[in-house]
Amino acid sequence: MVHVQSGIAGVDMIDFPILTLMTVLPLIGVLFIFLIRGDEELVAHNARFAALYTSLFTFALSVYMLGHFDGSSADFQFVEKKEWLPSLGIFYHMGVDGISVFFVALSAFLTPLCILASWDSIKTRVKEYMIAFLVLETFMIGTFCALDTILFYVFFEAVLIPMFLIIGVWGGERRVYSAFKFFLYTLLGSVLMLLALLTLYFQTGTTDIPTLLESPVARDMQMWLWLAFFASFAVKMPMWPFHTWLPDAHVEAPTAGSVILAGVLLKMGGYGFLRFSIPMFPEASAYYADFVYWLSVIAIIYTSLVALVQEDMKKLIAYSSVAHMGFVTLGIFTGTIQGIEGGIFQMISHGLISAALFLCVGIIYDRMHSREINRYGGLVKNMPKYATLFMILMLASVGLPGTSGFVGEFLSLVGAFTVNTTAALFATTGVVLGAIYMLTLYRRVVFGPQEHEDAANMPDLNWREYSILVPLVTLVLLLGIFPNFVISRVAPSADRLVSLYQSGLQGAVIQQIEPAAGFVADLLPMPEVIVNE
Amino acid sequence: MEILAVFPPLVAFLVAGLFGKQIGDKGAQFVTCASVILAAISSCVLFGTIALQGEPRIVVLANWISSGDFIVNWSLYVDQLAVVMMCVINIVSACVHVYSIGYMSNDPSKARFMAYLSLFTFAMLMLVTSDNLLQLFFGWEGVGLASYLLIGFWNQKPSANAAAVKAFVVNRVGDFGLALGIMAIFVVFGSIEYDVIFSAAAGKAEDSFNFLGHELHAMTVICLLLFMGAVGKSAQLGLHTWLPDAMEGPTPVSALIHAATMVTAGVFLIARFSPLFEYAPLALQVVCIVGALTAFVAATIATTQFDIKRVIAYSTMSQLGYMFFALGVSAYPAAMFHLVTHAFFKALLFLGAGSVIHAMSDEQDMRKMGGIWKAIPSTYMLMWIGGLSLAGMPFFAGFYSKDMILEAAWADHTWFGNFAFWMGIAAAAMTAFYTWRMIFLTFHGKPRADEKVMANIHESPRVMMIPLLVLATGAIVAGSLFYGGFVGSAHETGHVYDSGHKENYVNLWDKEHFWGDSLFVLPQNDTVEAAHHVPEWVKHLPVIVGLLGIALAYFVYIRRQGFADRVVRLIKPLYLLFFNKWYFDEIYERVFVRNIWRIGRVFWKTGDKRLIDGLGPDGFASLSQSVARRFSKMQTGYLYHYAFVTVLGLLALVSWFMYKAVLQGLI
Repeated sequence: MVHVQSGIAGVDMIDFPILTLMTVLPLIGVLFIFLIRGDEELVAHNARFAALYTSLFTFALSVYMLGHFDGSSADFQFVEKKEWLPSLGIFYHMGVDGISVFFVALSAFLTPLCILASWDSIKTRVKEYMIAFLVLETFMIGTFCALDTILFYVFFEAVLIPMFLIIGVWGGERRVYSAFKFFLYTLLGSVLMLLALLTLYFQTGTTDIPTLLESPVARDMQMWLWLAFFASFAVKMPMWPFHTWLPDAHVEAPTAGSVILAGVLLKMGGYGFLRFSIPMFPEASAYYADFVYWLSVIAIIYTSLVALVQEDMKKLIAYSSVAHMGFVTLGIFTGTIQGIEGGIFQMISHGLISAALFLCVGIIYDRMHSREINRYGGLVKNMPKYATLFMILMLASVGLPGTSGFVGEFLSLVGAFTVNTTAALFATTGVVLGAIYMLTLYRRVVFGPQEHEDAANMPDLNWREYSILVPLVTLVLLLGIFPNFVISRVAPSADRLVSLYQSGLQGAVIQQIEPAAGFVADLLPMPEVIVNE
Repeated sequence: MEILAVFPPLVAFLVAGLFGKQIGDKGAQFVTCASVILAAISSCVLFGTIALQGEPRIVVLANWISSGDFIVNWSLYVDQLAVVMMCVINIVSACVHVYSIGYMSNDPSKARFMAYLSLFTFAMLMLVTSDNLLQLFFGWEGVGLASYLLIGFWNQKPSANAAAVKAFVVNRVGDFGLALGIMAIFVVFGSIEYDVIFSAAAGKAEDSFNFLGHELHAMTVICLLLFMGAVGKSAQLGLHTWLPDAMEGPTPVSALIHAATMVTAGVFLIARFSPLFEYAPLALQVVCIVGALTAFVAATIATTQFDIKRVIAYSTMSQLGYMFFALGVSAYPAAMFHLVTHAFFKALLFLGAGSVIHAMSDEQDMRKMGGIWKAIPSTYMLMWIGGLSLAGMPFFAGFYSKDMILEAAWADHTWFGNFAFWMGIAAAAMTAFYTWRMIFLTFHGKPRADEKVMANIHESPRVMMIPLLVLATGAIVAGSLFYGGFVGSAHETGHVYDSGHKENYVNLWDKEHFWGDSLFVLPQNDTVEAAHHVPEWVKHLPVIVGLLGIALAYFVYIRRQGFADRVVRLIKPLYLLFFNKWYFDEIYERVFVRNIWRIGRVFWKTGDKRLIDGLGPDGFASLSQSVARRFSKMQTGYLYHYAFVTVLGLLALVSWFMYKAVLQGLI
């Protein structure tokens, strides 16, 4: 039933369907939680533990998977393929390569932390909450493992449902508005992507992603499909000007919801660009590259400036996320090895940093029930541990060398600089602006005189909060000093992506003679595609 | 040995930072001091083996980033230039560490303070021992971080926090240039390792590359971008506004970071990249002019300030200006020479000032001092030594290095060299003036402090005085001791430079042999060599104007008290310009700070809320609502309404088809 692709000699193989197991395991946890009976207190207690153990076990599996991942190969690994809808030629096809493997690990890593973070702060409908989170984990891991476009689409869209519920049920005051805004925005993009996926299927007759990567698409078709995919991924990223759902969603979501949203859900957009847009539509990607650069640059500068004037901590960090994702899109659309590896690294790193920053906000929110920056001040006196960890994360967000935040940002910028110095120059101003808003935030919350007595007397981290933040901070530092752990495993797949992109462009030289895609050129006044030789 | 010279401070930082509570204040002080002293001894040994015997050494520690061709290692690269810096850093740092035991004895968080100092030392060592630009950037930002932490050390003070953030952000503006410079170097050279860059430099001297849509001279662009980083870190004119504010930090910090070491990182950077700057004459010219202006402007401000630490801070800025214009006329050895001597005498002055502040119960305003020289004679003596060295009085360290810089500037024989020379002379006069103004205001005259403070005046404890004595020794002898090696002419000592035979380096004490390949000067640019052959008046002018400056200070502040006020009234506008620091802060506040916040608010309220949300989701939602409302209103329930609409629709349909038919010519 399961076909496991043999690894290269000398590399361990896993002889059980690990990806399916990781995807299904949370659902088994859900089943257990369903079965829990008893009085409310006991149900909540058991649901918490069931969810924690399930997610921890999934995380252990992901570590095992990373350990057996062959970092020298660009192929899909741990592949499983079996018939699903044979009449349509649609398969249940799972597998990971260097681009996706760390996102799977990131999802599995953040979920138990989220469950721990919700331990005391979620008091109502605990059972349902835990179920929602585990289901969410299934869909996230599924999204990154799916190697069939239909399967991918199902997972990709299904993620919205538990997230929608988490914001809508356990969120803050304006949770319904935010949940709908989030849902509408992302759904609108998704509909277009579904159309594109179907078109792709009718054009090529397959939904198999590895096959699609090898099947060139005609240039004018690329132009349309690219835009359709872009609609979906740009909203997810989110890129300017499709970003306004994010601050609202973050503000209203419970802490753990924000963590997953910033940590994993945003990365689905970037992952989509890397999996679909760039390798499948290289000519369109090159054609629209300048357009993406400028959207990224605007995102970096614009949202950094907006972050500066926020009075709500969560909003500030949400806006900073948009700016940081700007570096990702800037990097990956350069089609250079540094840009793509930088983009991937930046996503992983931001997944850790922003998740931890939202946890930091959640920790003081739990004590004060306020996200207003003005309500705090002088926390360092009573909460030195918190101040220290928050400081490291703040610096990582600013992109200080030695933290993971630097590596991704810098590599993306290096990639950008090699193809477009002007865009790189403007994007680099983001490092100055980032320093301003983060340092100001930290200064107002943690330093300064203790103006509010209740804020000044908050207790320092308890063991649970400590054990959530310390692993994140440790990873942020380790990946800052030894980023090659990630980069070297990403490299073969990134190399292959670059070569797919470049060879796709070489085909473009021949096709350019034909007058193709005139309508797109009319639609968007942009320079003709320039092929990098 | 390299590892022993670099890593002990890191270990000390981790131990004192993580286990400060467990080992206690005494434990933290011991660990940090011991490790930095160990590092200092190790670097002195390294100085012996590397600087005096030639060969640079490299230790590769680990791979850091490998992304395509972008390959960077963690490594320790120790050549002559690096080892000179290491010695300065570690020796001054050791002095400051020990001094801090006494100075911070009443502070509740001693362990944290010591940990930050050690972190700074480590970051600075990583900066100078890097063999590539990215590790340099790591150290560069690392020292910025330590500086941020230490300026804001008293974090309950809003002014200290503001100064810390300002320092970090203004430095980031410089780092913006440095980061772009690194990227440009990667694009032009295909690598960011020094070896590769420097050996390819000559071959790329005429290359151009496309920057911002223009074909520009690659070297000039790269060097100007690097220089932007240096301007930020070394507080040169334009990005200097953070340095005076940084005096909010404890005084040992000002001595270590904001006088002796971190602020000289920019000088080091340009000296390190002399192989590129030599091929970018335009960039050198810019460096020279900015340096000269900084030396002058900072000196004018220093003459008017009343905060003892701010006077020394502006003096630091001014002296850094000297180093930069020396770099700008290709006198890299002279700049490095002044860097070393300055580190000693400026750290001495700062720590001496700290000793005064300590004695005066934390008073920094010189208007509230005076008449205390008899009470703290040792500190007074040490301040004199620092002052004499700073003013470049003969036989003190500053004399040798400052004169060399001025002579080199004159010997450059270019318009900007001349400009720098005269600016430097003017600044030298002012330097002597403000130094003795400071000494006279602080120590002489009638006591202006209140009685409680006066009764409490005491000489600092021994743990603070011993580091001062070490630095004072340096401030006296560093000049004459290193003159030959740092800037001495090979032709004067009779040695013939022979690059083929490095074994001959042993015991050859002149600049070619000492610096070896670590500094690069094109033969036609060798201004340090030319400086040995300038006319006598050039050699003597700095000392003469210095003496005049001292005399003037004596006249104004000792002989004719009240004269100063009269002069101030006479040149009121000029005085206000100087006193208000040429209004840089005010201009930046108006032009940048306020507008950035204003733009942010506009983007948020108008951009996000009104435009994007208004036209996007909210607009869509309200549109669909209103459409639905209209549709529901249409369902009136009256039959004639429906009939009317039906007829209307039919009419429209028929007309449309007819219209189409007409167009196609069917009718």
